[in-house]
Amino acid sequence: MTHSEVHSVGRRGDTVLQLMVLAVPVAVTVWLLTLLGPVRAQGALRFGIEWVPSLGVALDFLVDGLSLLFALLVGGIGIFVTVYAAGYLRGHPLLRRFYLYLLLFMLGMLGLVLAGNLITLFVFWEITTLASYLLIGFDHASATARRSALQALLVTALGGLALLVGLVLLGMVASSFDLAAVLARGEQVRQHALYTPIFLLIIIGAFAKSAQVPLHFWLPNAMAAPTPVSAYLHSATMVKAGIYLIARLHPVLASTDLWMWTLTLVGAATAVIAAVLALRQTDLKLALAYTTLVALGTLTMFLGSDDSVAVAAAITFVLVHSFYKAALFMVVGIVDHQAGTREINALGGLAGRLPVTFVAALAAGLSMAGFPPFLGFIGKELKYEGALAIATEPVLVAGAAVFANALMVAVAATVVLKPFVGSRPPALTATREASVSLWLGPLLLAALGLTFGLAPGLLADTLVQPAVTAILGRPETVKLKLWHGVNVPLLLSVLTLALGVAVFVWQRRMRDLLSRAARWLPLSADRLWDGALAALRRGAYLHTRWLQHGVLKGYLAVVFAAVAAGLLWVLVHSGGLPEQLGWPRLTVKEWAALALVLAGTLAAVGCRAPLTAICSLGAMGVGIALIYLFFGAPDVAITQLLVETLFLVLVAMILHRLPLANAVRGPRVRLGHALLASAVGIAVSLAILLVLQQPFGSPTKNYFELAAVPEAFGRNIVNVILVDFRALDTFGEVVVVLIAAVGAAALLGSRRRALSARAQGTRRNP
Amino acid sequence: METALAVLVGIMVATGVYLMLTANLLRYLFGLILLSNAANLAIFATGRLTRAVPPLVPEGLQAPAEPVANALPQAMILTAIVIGFGLLAFTLALVVRCYRELGTLDANAMRLSEPPAADEEH
Repeated sequence: MTHSEVHSVGRRGDTVLQLMVLAVPVAVTVWLLTLLGPVRAQGALRFGIEWVPSLGVALDFLVDGLSLLFALLVGGIGIFVTVYAAGYLRGHPLLRRFYLYLLLFMLGMLGLVLAGNLITLFVFWEITTLASYLLIGFDHASATARRSALQALLVTALGGLALLVGLVLLGMVASSFDLAAVLARGEQVRQHALYTPIFLLIIIGAFAKSAQVPLHFWLPNAMAAPTPVSAYLHSATMVKAGIYLIARLHPVLASTDLWMWTLTLVGAATAVIAAVLALRQTDLKLALAYTTLVALGTLTMFLGSDDSVAVAAAITFVLVHSFYKAALFMVVGIVDHQAGTREINALGGLAGRLPVTFVAALAAGLSMAGFPPFLGFIGKELKYEGALAIATEPVLVAGAAVFANALMVAVAATVVLKPFVGSRPPALTATREASVSLWLGPLLLAALGLTFGLAPGLLADTLVQPAVTAILGRPETVKLKLWHGVNVPLLLSVLTLALGVAVFVWQRRMRDLLSRAARWLPLSADRLWDGALAALRRGAYLHTRWLQHGVLKGYLAVVFAAVAAGLLWVLVHSGGLPEQLGWPRLTVKEWAALALVLAGTLAAVGCRAPLTAICSLGAMGVGIALIYLFFGAPDVAITQLLVETLFLVLVAMILHRLPLANAVRGPRVRLGHALLASAVGIAVSLAILLVLQQPFGSPTKNYFELAAVPEAFGRNIVNVILVDFRALDTFGEVVVVLIAAVGAAALLGSRRRALSARAQGTRRNP
Repeated sequence: METALAVLVGIMVATGVYLMLTANLLRYLFGLILLSNAANLAIFATGRLTRAVPPLVPEGLQAPAEPVANALPQAMILTAIVIGFGLLAFTLALVVRCYRELGTLDANAMRLSEPPAADEEH
């Protein structure tokens, strides 16, 4: 088989694969479209199975107007993205892996927007986080892609942790994890003392996912992903997950001052800051990424209100934005693919070379800029109407919206005009139009923007109105119209266009001005992030060093200090010190045994020669055996003597080879050791004395004495306990000794092997 | 007698801890011996002492005549002595092997798995 044959077989295999992958979003979209009618009729559909019933977790799905709208976006844009990716990544060696990640992401996203249970929702939420990590880092050989992927993962996963806590609290407060039940208990949740923490935790998760200031920095970096991924994740899906969550929980958490102010201010700040930053970019894809931030900020701002026009504006804008942003990302991808660059200054005059792409770009750009008769115009008019309808802060919201939209106009003009009109740089003469699979998606999406703009009724009744009804929890009528007559929103639109054109005309000068201003700005969120990561690593290193220093003495000192402190603490808290210590009345031989133990102990510390030390310990052992013997424990005494002898023999056999030199250390260190040792010793003594003062009654003692003969037929009670009542313990003990013996044999017996291994090591590293 | 044993156990524990804190592994082993013996004595003492009446049931009786030594702590100490022996023998083997491989018994010099940090003065 020749090389080209292999290639064509691979190509054919790829085509089959692409068709199979494409079947998934197509099937999902068709199925969702069939649900449009029933959802409109019934409000919400539910289906699912039990998952963890004991915890109230169900694999449960809820299809209402809101979730249907987002699911349709996920499935519908998914179709275009799959087609586009087939052209964009043609012949890519890791195509299968890409489709796997893409489908995983699609699954997670669909599950997220359709989930009918708080915990299920969170699980799908995390699936999208993981899948987006894989997708952003798809170009895994690039360090930038890896860094961006990790950054996106960490930011959104940290937000996810906050979200999990928030959802669990919400479930507890609403006494159900079932979404429908939670949605019905908004009043109960808002009255609860835990409302503020619940709101903050959930909103942090949503803001991290939807890249609101100050957690916005990961999104522009995520442009390291292949363009089909950017078109999917950053137009219709991933970043809209946070928006979906905000809209989903709107009936539960909204209508408070906290909700209104947080969302309005953060959303407005995100929109304005991102609009300014978008202007700075000379990379087309980055400019689009920043306008995505603008869109997300605008959506958040409008969802802060519970006015029906504002919410309808947000929902319409979700649709508008998904259509034009996905189309424009794909257009930029085509330009990049065909011309080899996305830099504004290196592009120009491609309209003749990429005619179809230019048409798609023009239509999408006009929708983005908000020209009639595109859907973008309706969306923008509705935004201004909504902004003016917001009772508390109409000026702030309208001002932010006008500012953001004006800059959107400028960026739209840049993206559409800069690469396609003007003089063509000589490097671009060989550029040719892309294949059908590449331009089909953007063209159709842009056409959708025009179609729905001309016939907004198609959207208003089927998608927008049910979604607004679901968000506000009350039946709403939404009318979308192209022509509203001359009113304030129209005047604002004219103002926006004028501002946008002005910005576009003077954009080079403004960009210079901005980059000069940026140089004065000491830090960016991105650099702060790097600093935080470095500090985290440094902190982990230091505290590991501090806790795991590798000095045996240090570990032991901590253990013994903890023992002493624990014992003394218990002693102090359990009624203080023992009283009435009488001088023990002992016979001479008992005193002698005690003295023997004491002398052996102290001699073991003092002596320098190992043999002397072990003999002192032997003397101590004999003393202890004598004590056992004097106080009614002859069996123990015999065992003690036997073991003592055996151990002495063992040690004596090896001892002469080992040194017992004192480690060199100062008297102050020794004093410290002595103090710690004394503290442990005193604590143990006091504990025993205190135990001895308690009245003694042992039911087990009586039990064993009474049961030994009748039940176990033995007259030596100790023996009976060992081999009968606690036989399993004794068996364990035998096993322990056996394991110790095997271990010791393994350690000592491999002398020859150890020597040969060392010899080999020496040979390897001379 | 119990009081005297309590004091004795305290002294043995203190000595054992002191020995274990030195860097020499052989001294560490001696400290371990002292600690395990001290623990046995502590169990013995807290089970209360009776002079010279072993826990045996005389022929013809179904239960021993009081007073009789407490059999339970004795059984526990027997187990502890044997297990302690296993522990000490294994530790001894470890010490010997350490010396063979590393040529020293100074625990401060054994830093293969957790080497001192570059910035640490040594």
